[in-house]
Amino acid sequence: MTSHAAAIPMDQRRPEPGVEFYTMKLGMWIFLLSEIMFFTSLIGAYVILRFAHPEQWAYPGEVLNVPLTAINTFVLICSSVTMVKAFAALEHDDQKGLQLWLVATILLGSTFVGVQVYEYIHLAADGFIPVAANYSAEGGPLYGSTFYLMTGFHGLHVTIGVFALIGVLIRSMGGHFNSKKVGGVEIMGLYWHFVDLVWIVLFTIVYLV
Amino acid sequence: MSHVATKTDYDLLPFAGEHHEELSFVRKYIFSTDHKTIGKQFLFMSLLFLLLGGTLATVMRWQLGFPGTPLPVDILPETMAPGGIILPEFYNSLVTMHGTFMIFFAIMPLLVGVFGNLLIPLQIGAADMAFPKLNMFSFWLAVPAGFIMLASFFVEGGAAGAGWTSYAPLSTSGEFTGVYLGQQLWLISLFLLGFSSITGAVNYITTIINLRAPGLTWFRLPLTVWALFITAILVLLAMPILAGGLIMLLTDQTLGTTFFKPELGGEPLLWQHLFWYFGHPEVYILILPAMGIVSEVIANGARKPVFGYHSMVFAIAAIALLSWIVWGHHMFMSGMNPRLGMTFMFTTIVIAVPSAIKVFNWLGTLWKGNIHFTTPFLHSVAFVALFIIGGLSGVFMASTPVDIPIHDTYFIVAHIHYVLFGGSLFAIFSGITYWYPKLFGTLMNETWGKIHFIGTFIAYNLAFFPMHGIGLQGMMRRLYDPTLYAYLQPLQPWNVFISYSVFVLFAFQFIFAANFLLSIWKGKKAGPNPWRANSIEWSAPSPPPHGNFERMPVVYRGPYEYSVPGAREDFILQTDPPDSSVAPHHTSASTSH
Ligand code: HEM
Ligand SMILES: [Cu+2]
Repeated sequence: MTSHAAAIPMDQRRPEPGVEFYTMKLGMWIFLLSEIMFFTSLIGAYVILRFAHPEQWAYPGEVLNVPLTAINTFVLICSSVTMVKAFAALEHDDQKGLQLWLVATILLGSTFVGVQVYEYIHLAADGFIPVAANYSAEGGPLYGSTFYLMTGFHGLHVTIGVFALIGVLIRSMGGHFNSKKVGGVEIMGLYWHFVDLVWIVLFTIVYLV
Repeated sequence: MSHVATKTDYDLLPFAGEHHEELSFVRKYIFSTDHKTIGKQFLFMSLLFLLLGGTLATVMRWQLGFPGTPLPVDILPETMAPGGIILPEFYNSLVTMHGTFMIFFAIMPLLVGVFGNLLIPLQIGAADMAFPKLNMFSFWLAVPAGFIMLASFFVEGGAAGAGWTSYAPLSTSGEFTGVYLGQQLWLISLFLLGFSSITGAVNYITTIINLRAPGLTWFRLPLTVWALFITAILVLLAMPILAGGLIMLLTDQTLGTTFFKPELGGEPLLWQHLFWYFGHPEVYILILPAMGIVSEVIANGARKPVFGYHSMVFAIAAIALLSWIVWGHHMFMSGMNPRLGMTFMFTTIVIAVPSAIKVFNWLGTLWKGNIHFTTPFLHSVAFVALFIIGGLSGVFMASTPVDIPIHDTYFIVAHIHYVLFGGSLFAIFSGITYWYPKLFGTLMNETWGKIHFIGTFIAYNLAFFPMHGIGLQGMMRRLYDPTLYAYLQPLQPWNVFISYSVFVLFAFQFIFAANFLLSIWKGKKAGPNPWRANSIEWSAPSPPPHGNFERMPVVYRGPYEYSVPGAREDFILQTDPPDSSVAPHHTSASTSH
């Protein structure tokens, strides 16, 4: 047993290959746990309020445009696929492919946000706004309150994701990534898939139930 | 492709250690990524807020002891205290801001921000946190949060006045408290602070999982690291729940949503559920790191291994797990299905079991110890004593039939302060004195340290113990003027006595402040291991350089090997190789047992 020899001078020590990347990935997973709790608090509040005051909710499709949002959901799911494609391209060191699929993901993500804004504008024009006093169509004020809060915070997450994707794209154009250095892309992918997953839950409980 | 280490690469390497180039003043002291500097920044920030919180408390005690008498120093604006006489609305702000500053800007950053930053990398043998820049970000998010909270005093309507729990519907609209913008700033500030804590928690958890020195297995971690690890998990999972609630309350106030407004179909009780679903784990965030610190200091003072190390770890984990299912004990009086009340009562009382395990283990550690009465040790023993009192009064309130008469009286104020002041703050005094060398390279003065300890301990008990009594006799908390009520007038001498004790208590804190500041320059040089302790940080110089260790530490043993029979000294560093520490003196590598 060489006990003392194991102590390597600090400034000569390098982490084992992959450790820094593993650390970043772990960090993202841990952060996503806290994001889960954040959406849990919004969704939990929704469930409790809806159980306590079912009379304030309208039937699916009466107020919200379900077909439009279904298409929008499809758009977001597609963006998860293109994100996977981007990562696959990177693993094959296909820089062109990486950039192409990143651009596709950014476009799909922005489309999603764009459609959401369009939806908000229409709903507001129909009088469906969170300001309780002004709202008297189907459903009560809690319906609007929870709707805008949940979809709004999800939309904010998508928007942040789009900006982060643009950052990743810029770095990839600078040749920052290769098949051995996938960190930023894979971690971005984790976040993006998480946001998609949350949307599927939200779509189900806000639009379909 | 040959790999040339770039600047960014270098920053990512957790073990790479020293940046050899000289850093500019700004990078070194202000926007530093060194965990020790960030720990110090948190320390100075939260000590200032502790002072502020304490000052607010003395102003409150002035009002309670001498209602309607002008303050001796009349410096407050007309809107708060015209002619030095405290207005009722301002008193509400005082109570709210005192609790808020103490919990969120003093105790929590002291325990988690200061000790988390200072101790985690040092005690696990890492050069820094996993994400040093994120670490810097989390401090510089806490600072604006503090300023926003402070600023709320000076906006129209004054600072938030609905208590640190900001119960709805009191807090949903300014028409109840007269506070509009102040309450909103309160929400925004806590949201920022919560975000800062979450980024910190991500950093701590990743660091502890990934950057432990070779040989440092989970059950060789010092209990402080264990406590901070589990605390970070609580922060990570509890803070976002509060964040959700804060946002809903903010939109209720500003955008006209109706989550908590009963008159518009909302549910004020939902706020209480969200708040306490966060709030109960929060109170463990405020005590678990303290328990870790105390375990370490008591073992060191008694020169004995921590009694029941494994059960200590399991007790921390059990407390953390239970803390998720007991939140309803804060809502016994809010209207609750009695069966649900029974469940919350039962689960709450179960928490007493792991807590008692910890207390018995501390006593077991002290038992037959070769005790050294150092200042940190005294503070830690005081923690145990006061935590027992605070824990016992907690069991009273956990029982629904007892809680009903004493809820929201000074009994609960006594309880809060026995666990938070007698508990957390004494542990913080202990920890600061104990690890001071790793912050500044010197020791705090022991004589002044002991004077501060004795004065604080006595004045503290004189101030807070009688509160149990006046609470049982019906004095409500958050009360502006007790003399307005005939049944409380006989208690007024007690209020005067408590107020005088508080002023003395407050005065003694300046001894600590002076000792703390002067010892930076005047303190005795500490050397690497002044307390003759075992864990890894004591193998680094005091204060450790950027990168902490000259050599990557390798760990061979647990953190509490005090008084091992046959050993050369009564402690063995975790990094001492197996054969080097036993008598007589061996010289390094050649030995083959
Ligand atoms: C100088 C020492 C202190 C004094 C004299 C003091 C005094 C008080 C007083 C008079 C109240 C108002 C009780 C009421 O009317 O409900 C109070 C509340 C409170 N204190 Fe302290 N306190 C001190 C230190 C601390 C510390 C160290 C903490 C630690 C976190 C703390 C946490 C709280 C909390 C959470 C509340 C409840 C606030 C609320 O109801 O909104 N206090 N304190
Ligand atoms: Cu509790």
